[in-house]
Amino acid sequence: MAQFDLNDDGLVVIIGSGAGGGTLGNELAQKGVKTVILEAGARHEIQDFINDEWASFVQLAWTDARTTSGGWRVAHDFPNLPAWIVKSVGGSTVHWAGASLRFEEHEFKARTTYGAVPGAALLDWPVTLQEMEPWYAKAEDRMGVTRTNGIAGLPGNNNYKVLEAGAKKLGYKEVHTGRMAINSQPRDGRGACQQIGFCFQGCKSGAKWSTLYTEIPKGEATGNLEVRPGCMAVKIEHDASGKVTGVVYVDGDGKTQRQKARVVAVAGNSIESPRLLLNSASSQFPDGLANSSGQVGRNYMRHTTGTVWGMFDKPVHMYRGTTMAGIVRDEARNDPSRGFLGGYELETLSLGLPFLAAFLDPGAWGRSFTSALDDYANMAGMWIVGEDMPQEGNRITLDPVVKDANGLPVASVHYDDHANDKAMRDHAYRQGSAIYEAVGATRVIRTPPYPSTHNLGTNRMSAKPRDGVVNSHGQAHDIRNLFVSDGSQFTTGAACNPTLTIVALAVRQAAFIAESMGKKEI
Amino acid sequence: MREVDRRATFDRRRFLHGVAVIPPAVAVAARVGLPVGTAWADTAKSLKPETLQTLACMARDIYPHDHLSDLYYIAAVTTWDDKAAKDDAVKVLVEGGVARLDQDAQDRHGSAYAAVAAEDDRTALLRGIEQTAFFRKLRSDLVVSLYNQHDLWPLFGYEGSSADKGGYIHRGFDDIDWLPGV
Repeated sequence: MAQFDLNDDGLVVIIGSGAGGGTLGNELAQKGVKTVILEAGARHEIQDFINDEWASFVQLAWTDARTTSGGWRVAHDFPNLPAWIVKSVGGSTVHWAGASLRFEEHEFKARTTYGAVPGAALLDWPVTLQEMEPWYAKAEDRMGVTRTNGIAGLPGNNNYKVLEAGAKKLGYKEVHTGRMAINSQPRDGRGACQQIGFCFQGCKSGAKWSTLYTEIPKGEATGNLEVRPGCMAVKIEHDASGKVTGVVYVDGDGKTQRQKARVVAVAGNSIESPRLLLNSASSQFPDGLANSSGQVGRNYMRHTTGTVWGMFDKPVHMYRGTTMAGIVRDEARNDPSRGFLGGYELETLSLGLPFLAAFLDPGAWGRSFTSALDDYANMAGMWIVGEDMPQEGNRITLDPVVKDANGLPVASVHYDDHANDKAMRDHAYRQGSAIYEAVGATRVIRTPPYPSTHNLGTNRMSAKPRDGVVNSHGQAHDIRNLFVSDGSQFTTGAACNPTLTIVALAVRQAAFIAESMGKKEI
Repeated sequence: MREVDRRATFDRRRFLHGVAVIPPAVAVAARVGLPVGTAWADTAKSLKPETLQTLACMARDIYPHDHLSDLYYIAAVTTWDDKAAKDDAVKVLVEGGVARLDQDAQDRHGSAYAAVAAEDDRTALLRGIEQTAFFRKLRSDLVVSLYNQHDLWPLFGYEGSSADKGGYIHRGFDDIDWLPGV
């Protein structure tokens, strides 16, 4: 396994090992580019994963201090946990559910399609679906996405069968077990799904794609990739010409190190990535790196979400089998006659008893609450994933008071729903309820959004430097050898779980970086 | 469909390995099938025994499940005694919070909280303090310390860890048999 010198200034240094960073690291390594990934979390392998929600949360979740504000209920219920993401090698690909959806054409053209929406900072992506299609195809192949590349769909579990029966009674047409990066048959050295459940706790069979046991070991096997766990990046440094020169990080022993770099790629998810750029402010860049537009940290998106639970007079056992076991796609279209712009997916979701108690209705108590839990075995669940509006004021900033263990300001996350988000959520709640009622639900419960799992947009792509942070290759408008490689580069969020698009962008970005290095442009 | 056996079973390992903190008197009572009673609280190190008993009563009133024995509620609150022993601020918060609740109960019903007979009356008293730091801390701790007890899960039809049993691929992941045909 490669081990590179701290003074080696020919390296690409990637911060974060999730869908963006892990994929970029492997792709560059395959192309012969020497690469170091700095990962803040520890390296927990498949055998370390725990089928126990709270114990797994303690093992994997990013629980370093953050603060919140705004009208979203998360700020009230979970003031120090705005997001549920992973601090571990593999990042949030360790706990993601596996849904792998391509954006629709209009979703790359939100400003053109939706028009000028008051209060929204809409923009078209500087890339089109047509340009992305070959990269989506590469991403689907490497991730083994079902219903692509001749890979069969997964079998539906009980939770899916309830969703499917209700959706079909309502007349929905596009209802199936999803496009999932979970093996329905052995592929790429990994086995088929054993319907374990606990997808959110790390897949113990390895059937679900995660950079932890696909991209990263493949990259390491080339001798060109070194992954350093337990290394928290605290500052990106630059020279007088404005080019970045390296990354200062705190290693697992608490020692401050300085890794030189030819190129730096930031892939720490949409809260930490802008925080790092803002914390890297210097006399030359007083507002933070890559921030001449003032857009770093802005337009934070988290999808319009919510959960609908249906309770029945007979058992469902929703927790058996894959967590995201199926999808209804009919509402993903853009149809303003419904009273909102954009669309949403309905995807099955299950929680174990401990997490359901914590998240069903945070803060609730008494018999109305506990009678729902008494019917745990008879519940089915679905999650709403809708496109939320980018808003300038929804934003990651540096907290003026709270500091982390290294004395640096923590990220503060502000979010308010846009009127369009609320109208969409209400529509989705009604449709979700109708699905369960169509097959005999005796009670339906609407759960408010959880701490964010889809964090997007805070270093967005734009055609013009004044509108965003990076160009169509994720390259900073301001600094040629600085890249953003995670979901923070999303211009808009689409009605799609983001991982497939993050991976497709990372594969595309790797080709661009390797080519630019070859031409000595960076 | 494969159903889950919901009869409560006494899990020896729970007590041998101290997975949850349950006072020995409760463990003995549970093992031999006797009512749990109140003697379990007498071993309190830091909090008053009556305070611990009140916390257990509050725990059931906050998250009432008639099919759960007192055992689980007691297990969920006994950790407060250890926390109070380690941190005076916790002790003040809990003793002060219970004293106020008891005072409210005295004013309205002429008895301490745990002695108020009707659940609705006790619940109304809890509604009166639900914005206090004491209640909020107790409830947010309880939602984990109650529902994260592994041997309570089958009583709700939840089966817990599955990878060690080969997942559900041969254990009923798709065995639902009552859905109406489409």
